[in-house]
Amino acid sequence: MKINGIIICCLLSLLMLFSLAQAGEPTVDEIINKANLASYYAGDDGRASVTMTITDNQGRERKREFVILRKDKEDGGEQFFFVYFKKPSDVRKMVFMVHKHVDSDDDRWLYLPALDLVKRIAASDKRTSFVGTNFLYEDVSGRSVNEDTHELIDSTDTFFVLKNTPKKPDDVEFSSYTVSIDKTTFLPIKAVYLDKNGKEYRIVEALEVQNFHGIPTVTVSKVTDLAAGSSTLAEFKSIRYDIGLEENIFSERYLRRPPREVRK
Amino acid sequence: MFAKFFVIQLQAAILLLCLLPFSGWADEELSAIDRLYNAYSIELAGFAETRWGARLVNDPHEKDMSIGEARLQLELSRDFEQFLLKFKGDLLGDAVMEEINVDIRDFSMLFSPTDIVDVKLGRMVSTWGTGDLIFINDMFPKDWQSFFIGRNDEYLKQASNIIKTGVFLGEYAIDLVYTPLFQGSEYVSGERLSYYNPAAGEIVGRNMIMDDSAPNRWFSDGEIAGRLSRQFSGVEVALYGYSGFWQEPEGMDRMSGKAIYPRLNVWGASARSPLLGGIGNIEAGYYDSIQDDNGKDPFIRPSEYRFLAGFELELAHELTGGFQYYLEKINHFDNYEQALPSTMHARDEYRHLLTARLTQLLMDQNLILSLFAYYSPSDNDGYVRPKFSYKLNDNWLLDGGFNLFWGEDDYTFWGRFQDNTNAYVGLRYSF
Repeated sequence: MKINGIIICCLLSLLMLFSLAQAGEPTVDEIINKANLASYYAGDDGRASVTMTITDNQGRERKREFVILRKDKEDGGEQFFFVYFKKPSDVRKMVFMVHKHVDSDDDRWLYLPALDLVKRIAASDKRTSFVGTNFLYEDVSGRSVNEDTHELIDSTDTFFVLKNTPKKPDDVEFSSYTVSIDKTTFLPIKAVYLDKNGKEYRIVEALEVQNFHGIPTVTVSKVTDLAAGSSTLAEFKSIRYDIGLEENIFSERYLRRPPREVRK
Repeated sequence: MFAKFFVIQLQAAILLLCLLPFSGWADEELSAIDRLYNAYSIELAGFAETRWGARLVNDPHEKDMSIGEARLQLELSRDFEQFLLKFKGDLLGDAVMEEINVDIRDFSMLFSPTDIVDVKLGRMVSTWGTGDLIFINDMFPKDWQSFFIGRNDEYLKQASNIIKTGVFLGEYAIDLVYTPLFQGSEYVSGERLSYYNPAAGEIVGRNMIMDDSAPNRWFSDGEIAGRLSRQFSGVEVALYGYSGFWQEPEGMDRMSGKAIYPRLNVWGASARSPLLGGIGNIEAGYYDSIQDDNGKDPFIRPSEYRFLAGFELELAHELTGGFQYYLEKINHFDNYEQALPSTMHARDEYRHLLTARLTQLLMDQNLILSLFAYYSPSDNDGYVRPKFSYKLNDNWLLDGGFNLFWGEDDYTFWGRFQDNTNAYVGLRYSF
């Protein structure tokens, strides 16, 4: 009887293990890679009109409006970005272009229409503000998954919660950050950054997600700087994927002559 | 007196104009700009600004006020799918020159006759080359006067009437800019800023305004500039050619005594690439002053080799630093030295110039502090431009700075402007 009981117990636990494996709890690497692809590599290319509203600690608002084009050379690999500014007036028709690399510094260009000047900019510090907003360059084009070590610290019904610790802590202003990743879409829904003293100081959230051509997409996101008391709300409109962007759009020719895809 | 009064009037009118219709008091109310776009697909933008400055050193030949103006810029553009039309013009009330000017910055049409060709024709500003406020192969017209009195950097570049064609063949890009009638740069002539006049042997100003005779025959006094460029895995390489004239009157007509623009051909090359975590660039050019008779004509600027190497790096969070070394070498220097009249100061065979740039962004990038300095160890002179600009909000911008010139001698490149050291402040409303 006793032996039978043990056997049944063993069988049951084997069965449980088996069923767990069947459910396919993904590994940390799988989660990270899927999240990276879901948030930065959706479709082969894409376009969105973006409005960023910055609210400072005294409630004053500033706005940035631009159109962003993206093209992937390969999923998880090199990418091209083209950012065409519409507002405010002093940056109107300026273009910011990035050739994003995985293992080396990105190439960045800035086009100043008033001078017809194509400037190349040093891209060593990716954790600087993107055009004065609370978003950082890295939030816009993605932080390389190889820059942090990742640890699954929680798995709820809806989220995987990962703790990410930078491999080179001196290069960044945070000590670690936790990300909650949606289990069905693999979109990161909330990231909380801790400063060097382990205190929460920065939150990046996806406030709204919609499907476009079957691709779950963040349409409203927000960055809150708890230390400075400021925040930036980003709203994404006119989102389209797989519009057949040519690679040559991301060249000096189109800095000086904006392509049709950003003018509309 | 009248002009000053006018500038003040214009200023008040412009500011009222900007505040009333364009801004749209409430968010839900459409602004005039939006209504114009909705009705006619015409985009309107622009700014109004006022700018004042004064000399910090005594100049017996010039006014104390270095800049005093009100400016309204309007930009209208329409996208016709097959082509783009653009107009950008400035209305300027200038209290120093006591005049009202219209400056058309852009009036152009852009279209692509085939997939691999872009054509832009009309009046516009053009820029190429790799230097930071140093130009070797960029032979497009500049306005140094605007640069020296504290106008926005935009005005360093003058618009000119051209046909610009770009041909894009795979990795290669060929740009051709044809100017049917030479325009030349706006140079310091004594009218507003003082300079060293070699004939007078001293710094002169309104007492001796330089009189020039510019090439003025359509087509035969035209210019052509070309560039062939491509990228080799992140390294941008370009070859340049130019046939036209010196951009400033670098010669003198013996008969009339007038300053003239001698013929000039320029051949050059450049490369720009990421380097050691920053951006490095090199550029070189040969200025073939074809009328100089191998340096033997003392009234024509001799041929020169020019070379530039630069490096820009992010030094710290929101702090960028740049450094450039520039060299000018006179070709056939012996001939030049021999031919020069003994009353005139000979230039050095080698002119070395260093530049440094520091740019600090503060207060969520709303405050920009910058410093640009030119220093020539061979001429022992220099020019320093400290500047600030502060964005009060998305519409209002306050800026100001200094233009500081100095030189051991008054006949060297920067030394000749030493009586023009000035400070300025500007306020701009953009819409």
